[in-house]
Formats: sequence, structure tokens, C-alpha cells
Amino acid sequence: MKGMTIIVKTISSWVKVLIFIFGIYIILFGHLTPGGGFAGGVILASSYVLLMLAFGGDFVQKDLPLALDSKLDCLGAIMFVMIAILGSVFSGAFLANFLVDKYGAPLELLSAGTIPLSNIAIGLKVGASLFLVIFSLSICHKGAELDGE
Amino acid sequence: MPYALCFLLFVIGLYCAVVKKNMVKIVLGILIMECAVNLFLVMLGYRHDGVAPIIDRAYYDPGTGQIAAGFINNSVDPLPQALVLTSIVIGLGSLALMISICIRIYEKYGTFDITQIRRLRG
Amino acid sequence: MAVFYILLIFIIIASLIAVETTDLLSAVICIGAMGFGVSLMFLFLRAPDIAITQIVVEVLGLIILIRATISRDLTFISGDKEFFATIVSVVIVFMIFLAGLKVFETLPDFGTPIFAEVPKAASQTYIEEGLARTGAANVVSSVILDYRAYDTLGEATVLFTSIIGATVILRRTAKRKTDTLQPASPS
Repeated sequence: MKGMTIIVKTISSWVKVLIFIFGIYIILFGHLTPGGGFAGGVILASSYVLLMLAFGGDFVQKDLPLALDSKLDCLGAIMFVMIAILGSVFSGAFLANFLVDKYGAPLELLSAGTIPLSNIAIGLKVGASLFLVIFSLSICHKGAELDGE
Repeated sequence: MPYALCFLLFVIGLYCAVVKKNMVKIVLGILIMECAVNLFLVMLGYRHDGVAPIIDRAYYDPGTGQIAAGFINNSVDPLPQALVLTSIVIGLGSLALMISICIRIYEKYGTFDITQIRRLRG
Repeated sequence: MAVFYILLIFIIIASLIAVETTDLLSAVICIGAMGFGVSLMFLFLRAPDIAITQIVVEVLGLIILIRATISRDLTFISGDKEFFATIVSVVIVFMIFLAGLKVFETLPDFGTPIFAEVPKAASQTYIEEGLARTGAANVVSSVILDYRAYDTLGEATVLFTSIIGATVILRRTAKRKTDTLQPASPS
């Protein structure tokens, strides 16, 4: 898959960093302001989709290979299940919030127990999954062009 | 009355998914139905002149840990919003699955028309 | 209240154009307009979390749809319509619409949430005790990650499965060379 013109490449390499940082901000502040893991994960995926549309599929394969992407996806899922099982070990109920009131005061960044950790796990999982499927769609299209169908 | 307009949107999506013959149009119809259902669920929890369910410093007293009565009496329902949040992201995943099936069928039969792909090849 | 009606009329007109037009690219663009209208509607319904999620999901959904449709050859829909089947379907859908309107008379008016009429509703507990019990200022976050975390676990599973299914369907396997196969006749 080919990239686009040089103007698009220059601008999108700057904008991609801003979108990535914005996605991380939405995930980390999910327990204080609107947002959370789902919206932040989709924003992270769309920053890499911007890179793929502007520079072409081959460039992004060097930056974030598909094998690493699958591993990040599974890592996010395993982190979420680990938090759930640790809740059962420490508090007696599956998925219990076992770190509540242990650190920080309400309305600060470090607060709310396991909720920021769950947000990070969900954001990682959703972002990696959605980028994987959009990249597979573009590879399939490239394969169709190469085979001459 | 707004509920009726939202149900009209759902019925338009149902008509598109049932009557049309192009596969991508059927997928668009399913997408319209999902949007209509999410909108209806959030409309159920709306309160007149309500506030968003987020507590900020104006409503919270750090000394006693009390939340202002203005927030408790005026906030909208947070439960439908939580359920719709996961529903929107699942809708994106199922859209990816449907479109990948459409692409495979196009590569095998050469058309998006469902009346021409009825024969199962053994 | 008038802004709700204006946005709903805009959403319905956009979806009608998407359903009836014969050009696939126009239909996809109208779906994008409809998603944007729905996101504005969520903002006016005091749900900022969902407005953010809807607008970014709409952008990614448009990219997926355009990848599928306009890079193929066939963008115009042709073929003759079956008149009788269309009329029967429209009549049945209209009767479903009328039956649904009857149901809405049992709901409370728009503007009165259901938990204001039910005593000891769950949402009242979430609003009053959410900050004290979980420490999160965003009540919706505390609902999806503490009170109802099972639903989030189910959502993660469904998303995982559907993405794996889509990746497996789109996998390019090596083509078998059918002209070099030996004729397999054991007898």
C-alpha cells in the first residue's frame, strides 16, 4: 500500500504524536474526567491508523510489527484478568476493588484503587485490537492488487 | 415525542436491512439500528436541566467528604451511560467482522448482490 | 428542548438518504453524518463520556467502510426491484412502528428518568455512595469498573473474539496449485 504526498507525510508525523499523547491523557484521567479506557484505547488505535494511511503499510510494519501488536493485545487482557483474580485473593470477591482507600485522596490523580489500573489494561487491549483489524483489512486489499483480481 | 422519533430511526434501519439486496446496504442498516438503540437507552436516563454524572470540586467538600445536594438531586442516570459505552465499542468490532465477510464474498463471487450468490458450490 | 428535535430530524434525514441512494460512497458519507449527529445528541443529553467514544468510533468505522466499498469496482447498485415484496415489507414494518408507539405511552415522559419513580433504585445508590465507596469522581467509571465490572470483562471477551474472527477470515493463505496435483485414484 502506497503512502501519500510529502505535505501529508510531514503534517501527519507531527500530529500523530499529539494524538498519541492525548489518548494516554484520556486513559490516565479516566476516573476524574470523562473518557476512560475505551475512548482512550480507540484514540491510540487511530493515531497508528493515521500513520498507516499517510506512510503506507510497509513503514508501519517496521514501527509496530503485527506479532508485537498481538502480544500487546493479549497482555492487556491478561492484566485485566490478573486484577480480577487478585481482587478475589485479597478481598474475597472476584473483581473487588482491593486497593480502595489505600493510597491517595479523592479527586486526585492517584486515587480510586484499582480503577486506573483497569483503565490502562482496557485501553491497551482495545487499542491494539482495533489497529490489528484495520491493518489486516489493508493487507488484504494489497494482496488483491498484487494477485491482479 | 422524542422516543417516537428514535423508534422511527430504528424502523428505518430495519427496513434497510430487510428489503435491500446489496450486502453493504444491509450492513449499513444494521449499523443504523445499533445507533438508534444506543440513543434510546441514553434518552431514558435524561433529566430536565440535569448535570453530567461527574463530581468536581464545586460539588465536593474535602473536609467532611459530603457531596452537595445540588448534584444528588439533579444528576442524570449513570447506569444507561455505562452500558451504552461498552455497546458502542462492541458495535465497532462486529462491523469489522461483517465487512471482512463481505470482502471475502466479493473476492469469491465478484459481486455484492445477494440474489446472485445463492448457489452453494460444493 | 428544541435542539433535540432539530438534531433528531437531521439524523433521520441523513439515514433516509443513506438508505435510498444508489451510490455506495454517498451512503457511507451519510452514515458518517448520522454518527456525528448522534454524538452531538449525546453531548446535549449530558453524557460526555459517550460523546467522545461515539465520535472516535465513528471515524474508525468510516475508514473500515470506505476500505471495503470504494476500492472495489462495483459502486453502483443495479438490478430490478420486486414490487410486491417491497410493498409487503413496508406494510409490515409500518405495523411494527404503530405497535411500538403504543408501548411508549407506558414510559414516563421524556425528562423524568426512571430511577426517580422507583424507590431504592440502584442508580440512586451509585450517585450517593459512589465517591465514598470507590474513590472515583467519575460516577460512570466507577460503575463500569467497580460496581459492574463483570460487564466489562464480558465486553473485553466479545471484542477479543470478534477481532480474532475478523483477522482469521482476512488471512491470506497460500494458493494451492491445482494443476500440479496428482490424480488421486487408489483403485
